[in-house]
Amino acid sequence: MNRFAQLLWGALLSGASQLALAAPAAVGEVEKQPVNLTAIAMFFVFVLGTLGITWWAASRTKSTSDFYTAGGGITGFQNGLAIAGDYMSAATLLGLSSLVYMKGFDGFIYIISFFVGWPIILFLMAERLRNLGRFTFADIASYRLDETRIRVFAAMGSLTVVCFYLIVQMVGAGQLIKLLFGLDYNVAVIVVGVLMVVYVTFGGMIATTWVQIIKAVLLLFGGATMLFLALGHFNFSIETMAAKAVEVHKDGLKIMGPGSLLADPVSAVSLSLGLLFGTAGLPHILMRFFTVPNAQAARKSVFVASGFIGAFFLIVCLLGVAAITIVGTNPEFFEGGVVGGKIIGGNNMPVMHLAKAVGGDLFLGFLSAVAFATILAVVSGLALAGASAISHDIYSCVIRKGKATGAEEMRVSKAASLVLGVVAVVLGIMFEKQNIAFLVGLTFGIAASANFPVLILSMYWKGLTTRGALVGGLVGLVSAVTFVVLSKAVWVVVLNNPAPIFPYEQPALFSMPLAFFFTWLFSVTDKSVRARDEIAAFDDQYVRSQTGLGAAAASAH
Amino acid sequence: MSTSIYKRIRSNPKFQALVSRRTRLGLILSAIVLVAYYGFMMVVAFNPALLHKPLSEGSVLTVGAPIGAAIIIVSWLLTGLYVWRANADFDKINEEVLKEAGQ
Repeated sequence: MNRFAQLLWGALLSGASQLALAAPAAVGEVEKQPVNLTAIAMFFVFVLGTLGITWWAASRTKSTSDFYTAGGGITGFQNGLAIAGDYMSAATLLGLSSLVYMKGFDGFIYIISFFVGWPIILFLMAERLRNLGRFTFADIASYRLDETRIRVFAAMGSLTVVCFYLIVQMVGAGQLIKLLFGLDYNVAVIVVGVLMVVYVTFGGMIATTWVQIIKAVLLLFGGATMLFLALGHFNFSIETMAAKAVEVHKDGLKIMGPGSLLADPVSAVSLSLGLLFGTAGLPHILMRFFTVPNAQAARKSVFVASGFIGAFFLIVCLLGVAAITIVGTNPEFFEGGVVGGKIIGGNNMPVMHLAKAVGGDLFLGFLSAVAFATILAVVSGLALAGASAISHDIYSCVIRKGKATGAEEMRVSKAASLVLGVVAVVLGIMFEKQNIAFLVGLTFGIAASANFPVLILSMYWKGLTTRGALVGGLVGLVSAVTFVVLSKAVWVVVLNNPAPIFPYEQPALFSMPLAFFFTWLFSVTDKSVRARDEIAAFDDQYVRSQTGLGAAAASAH
Repeated sequence: MSTSIYKRIRSNPKFQALVSRRTRLGLILSAIVLVAYYGFMMVVAFNPALLHKPLSEGSVLTVGAPIGAAIIIVSWLLTGLYVWRANADFDKINEEVLKEAGQ
């Protein structure tokens, strides 16, 4: 473990001195802040702690099942915290609170939209996922369909989502760390990449889960403490806080109700569909359902997760309101000291400034370290999901036809996570100056339109055949990508065309029905012998999905 | 795992009752959450003034605030209801079904 730490520290220092010279100044982006030693020290403590856990986890990671799913030995409560950790990313803390800060109630509507997917996942999917899956969600889709083709498709779907989401997180990490820690962008991206590879290759799912749990607890603790401190400025009265916010916000009383953000209902519905069903198609979230011993624990983990996520979201919302008064009237947080002008560090920063205003430099340092840890935990989960798609689906099941030994499969997955780490760092650096807002829409669009339809229909619809799943899944994938490319975020912002061809930001409302329709069409018209067998196999799958009979049992942990 | 066990389970009326009850509960609770959420979104899109009404005379807080919070809290409580019902009831029947099938 000491070796890891030395390696890391060495990479950090040497990288900093070299890259500081080579890196050009970021144009029109966040300015690098002075080096924040408190934040770096606290982050260093977090890294040391998690590396210790990785070292411990490595000694317990012996089989492929340990590596991919912690041997199914995570309890429902632990898994619930880890799922909450996966979902409470730096983007939710910074982005949603700043949305409330700027738009008031409209930000709250976004927060609600981010939440409501969880109950639905529990009611319709959690138990079946646990009963049918083993390591990846392709296990479920290929249960009765043609294994080779479905696994290749599902692995491609997973990898696309993982790569896009990794870029988003990496670029976010670089920008955030440049700002909070005063480190160079490239150094930040490399540190995240190196740590992610270390956690995943050495500690597998056990380490990834614990990193996620620790971070979730820190984030909840930090958020709740900040809310307490902030409410202290308003005599612990939400009414007073809201009244002050209305008084100083430029939109006045309008911030207390729906405004212009969702004036376009089609976009709003499309966004909510993408969030709702995209969440249920994200490979790193789905994978979490296989880490618990049985369906009962899977249920409990969603209950725990949605409780923590809900509480955190409400906290984030109140923090946004508190920031309107505390940050919004303090010249210290505006460039040139002009209240109402540009916020120092950019629009995502109100919650960080709030931390400084209510808790001083020490608390700001703590929250910065937590934000860094958050990114680290989310990319580790992504890397593990991507690596398992490569090693379990492609290598073990498709290339070796299930004949690979556990040791061989583990070797491939460790190599795969190393490659993913390198890819993530390279893409993160390449995309530094790009406008990547469209990638979020793309990630959720593909997850909702390619992964989700195949997954849900394979569990619920007897008539699904391989041909239908492949055609429908591909239609979903291609249409989601096409709509995003033709939308404003790419067509106008990236490709500099005058007007978007596709007028909405989120593709889900259109690409999901297309995917479902073509899956249905190409399934019902499939009269092959194979299709008949696949339909006949549904009945047994149904019993297993309902009762857990034959589902992979947990090893003792 | 032989097909005959699956067949035996499928023909067990307890299994059929379990599945239909669990599925029904899941669908009803999903419908409650989705109707509440999309109903809220429709009000946001088509009649936003409704949510601008003050909570009480002279208050800046609007009815929209507690309604929004209620969507989050109530749908979480519903997940609790589902888990409670499933643990108290469904799991027991499930075990009986598996035992009767010779597992």
